Amino acid sequence: MKLLYFAWLRAKIGIAEETVDPPPSVATVGALLEWLKRRGPGFAEALKDLSIVRVAVNQDYVPTSHPLKPGDEVALFPPVTGG
Amino acid sequence: MIRVQREDFDAGAEIERLARGKHGIGGVVSFVGLVRDAAGGERVGAMTLEHYPGMTEKKLAEIEAEARRRWPIEDCLILHRYGRLEPGERIVLVITASAHRQAAFEACEFLVDWLKTKAPFWKLEETPAGSRWVEARAGDDEAAKRWSAE
Repeated sequence: MKLLYFAWLRAKIGIAEETVDPPPSVATVGALLEWLKRRGPGFAEALKDLSIVRVAVNQDYVPTSHPLKPGDEVALFPPVTGG
Repeated sequence: MIRVQREDFDAGAEIERLARGKHGIGGVVSFVGLVRDAAGGERVGAMTLEHYPGMTEKKLAEIEAEARRRWPIEDCLILHRYGRLEPGERIVLVITASAHRQAAFEACEFLVDWLKTKAPFWKLEETPAGSRWVEARAGDDEAAKRWSAE
């Protein structure tokens, strides 16, 4: 599974992208976020307030209940501020 | 049409290109967004626009398709820049062309409102106190929501 981080999430986590292989129990976006939080202080800091974290799977916005499958591209980022 | 680019644009030339030869067009509306030199009472020396290549184009294409579904648009362009921009520089251009003005005005406003809340761009401002990520404004969500009942 490919993970992408943008804006201040990238700055706090310290990397822009990575490939991870979470355990089978990580079956939804919500479970992935909880799993990521435990991977280090940068992740914990970036993901401490999930109300300001948006998730896209394969480049579409999804809720935390969205199921995950191997090979998904999952992006985490703050609410958008373009225009 | 969708374009995401680092380079500046010429709004007049883009309007000309979009409307040329399409004689069913009776009105063209354009919106140009610029970088301001202040935000929240602080001076902004410059900003850097980051985006999510791939998803940006996908979301902008969806927004265009939605506008075409709602209004009889002859043609439209959404052009968004990324990279480092200084105050006064152009960030975004939206052009809508229709047989009559009302559809062009409404579709242009819709496109700007929706791209601000759906297209994956983020602004990093440079201020005298350091760099800071711009926070999403509740007012932008409200502006986008007023279109959702239609």
